[in-house]
Amino acid sequence: MTRILPIAFNTYREAVRDRILYNLIVFALLIVGSALLVGQISIEIERIVLINMGLTSISIFGVVIAIFIGISLVWKEIERRTIYTVLAHPVRRWEFLFGKFVGLFGTLAFNAALMSIGFFAALIYLSHGVSRPDTYILIAIYFIVLQLMMMTALAMLFSTYSSPLLSSIFAFAIFAIGTFSEDLHNFAAAAQGPAKAVMTAVAYIVPNFSSLNVILQVAHGIPVEAGLVLHNTLYAITYTAVVLACAAAIFENRNFK
Amino acid sequence: MSPRAKTTAGFLAAAALLMLVSVSSLVRVSQLREHSTLSDVLFIPSAKAVKRMSLGYNGLLADIYWTRAVQYFGNRHMARAQEYDMLDPLLDITVSLDPKLKPAYSFGSIFLSQKPPQGAGRPDLAVKLVERGIKELPDDWNLYFLLGFIHYMERHDYIAAAEAFERGSRVPNAHPFLRVMAARMRTQGGDRETARLLWQNIYDTNPDKTMRKNAVEHLDALRYDQAIEQIQQRVQLAKDRLGRMPTDWQEVVRAGLLRGIPLDPKGRPLILMPDGRVQYSRPDDFPFIQLGLPKYRSTDPFPGKF
Repeated sequence: MTRILPIAFNTYREAVRDRILYNLIVFALLIVGSALLVGQISIEIERIVLINMGLTSISIFGVVIAIFIGISLVWKEIERRTIYTVLAHPVRRWEFLFGKFVGLFGTLAFNAALMSIGFFAALIYLSHGVSRPDTYILIAIYFIVLQLMMMTALAMLFSTYSSPLLSSIFAFAIFAIGTFSEDLHNFAAAAQGPAKAVMTAVAYIVPNFSSLNVILQVAHGIPVEAGLVLHNTLYAITYTAVVLACAAAIFENRNFK
Repeated sequence: MSPRAKTTAGFLAAAALLMLVSVSSLVRVSQLREHSTLSDVLFIPSAKAVKRMSLGYNGLLADIYWTRAVQYFGNRHMARAQEYDMLDPLLDITVSLDPKLKPAYSFGSIFLSQKPPQGAGRPDLAVKLVERGIKELPDDWNLYFLLGFIHYMERHDYIAAAEAFERGSRVPNAHPFLRVMAARMRTQGGDRETARLLWQNIYDTNPDKTMRKNAVEHLDALRYDQAIEQIQQRVQLAKDRLGRMPTDWQEVVRAGLLRGIPLDPKGRPLILMPDGRVQYSRPDDFPFIQLGLPKYRSTDPFPGKF
C-alpha cells in the first residue's frame, strides 16, 4: 500500500493539472444550470428535467473523462519513458497499474462529488428544499460512481496494450455495448443451441451498465431497492477487479523496449 | 498602452464587430427560414430506434421529445393550424422513452383530443394514449378522470365516460367526484351543467397554469353558449308573437323580449341572421364556443340535449 499510494496521489495531481478536466466539469455544471431553463419551456417537468439532465451530465462527462484520461495514463508513461524511472524503484508492475487506477478513480469520484454539489444546489433552488425522494438521487449518483470505476478499469485495460486512439475507440464501444447489456441477455435467452452459449457468455463478459442506470427511476421518485444497491456494488467491485487483473497480466508481460 | 495591449484591444474590438455582423446575419437567416422550421421534422420516426440510440439515458431524451411536442403544439396552436400530424408520433416516442412521464399523457391527450385549431381533433388517439398511461400508472385516478373526460367532451360517448369514471373511482384514494360523475353520466350525460362541473374540476385540481387557463376558457365558452341559447329563445318567442322571423334586433326589443341590442362579451353587437340564428361578429375571439357560429361552422356538441 505504501508503494501504491504515492503513485495514486501523483496520478491524481497529474489528472487535476489536465485542463480538459476543468473544461468538462464547467461544461457539465453549465448543463445542470441550463436544465432549469429547459424546464421552463416545457410543461410540468422542471424537476424531472433537472434530475435527468443533471445525472446524465454527471454520468456522460464522468465516462468521457474516465476514457480520455484513462487511456493515456499508462501510454504516456511508456511514451515519455518515465515508466523506466518508476519501475527502477521497488515497485511491481501491477502496483504501478493499481496505483494509477486508484488515482484516476479518486479524481473521478471527487469530480462527481463536485458536480453533484452543483446539481443539488440547482435542485434545492428549484424545489425550495430537500424531500425524501431526493435521497434516492444519491443512490443514482453512487451507481454512476460505480460505473465510472468500471469504465476507468476498462480504459486502463485497453491502454496497457493499445494506442490511445484505438483504446478510446474500444472504450467507447464497450461503453455503448454495456448500455445494451439487458438486450444481450434477452437475445441469449431467445437463442438456441451453441449460439445460446456464445450469447450468454458475451452477455456476462461485457459490463452491465443498464443495471447501474436508475436515473429515470429516481427522476420519478421511485425508491431503489436495498438489494439492488448491494448486488450492484458487489458486481461493480468484482468486475473491476477482474478487468484490473487482466490489465495487470498483460502489463506484466509487456516488453517496453 | 503597450504594443501587446494594443493588439489585444484591436482583436477584441474586431471580435465584437464581427459578432454583431454574425448575429444580424443569423437573424436574417431565421427570417428567411421562418416556414421551414426544423421542429416540423421527425428525425427518427421509430420510438424503438430512439430508445436504442439513447444509450440508456432515456429520461433525458424523453424530456427533449416532450419539450419538442409542447413546442410543436404551441407553434401550431398559435398559427391556428388545422392539422397536427407530428403530435401523435412525438408523444408516442416520448412515452416509449419514459413510460411514467405523466404530463405527456395528461397534457398530450388534451392536445390530441380538442378540435382544430385548439387541438389535433383526434380523440381516438387521445383515448389510446390515456389507456397506455393507465397501464403504466394504474393507481393514478387523474388519468381515469381524463379518460372519462375525453369520452364525454370529445366523443360524446357517455357510457364509455361513465365506465372510465367508475374504473377511476375504484382506485385507492380516488377523488369522490369520480363516483358522482359516473352516476351523472348514466343519468344526465349530455347536459351543460355536467360539462361545467368537469371543467370546474379540472380547474380546481390542476396546479398548472396552462391547464387552468384552458379550463377557464372552456368555462367561459359554456357561459357564452348559455347566453346565446337564451337570446335564441327570445328570438323564437319574437317569431311566435310576430308570426314571422324578426328582421332586426329592434323588432325583438319592441316586442319587449330584450332590453337592447345584445352584445358579445367584448361589447360588440351580436348579429341576427335572416334565418333567425344569433351569431357573433368575430367568433374566433371566443375559443371553444359551440353556439353563435356561422352556419358552416356550427356544431352541436350534445345533439338533442339542449
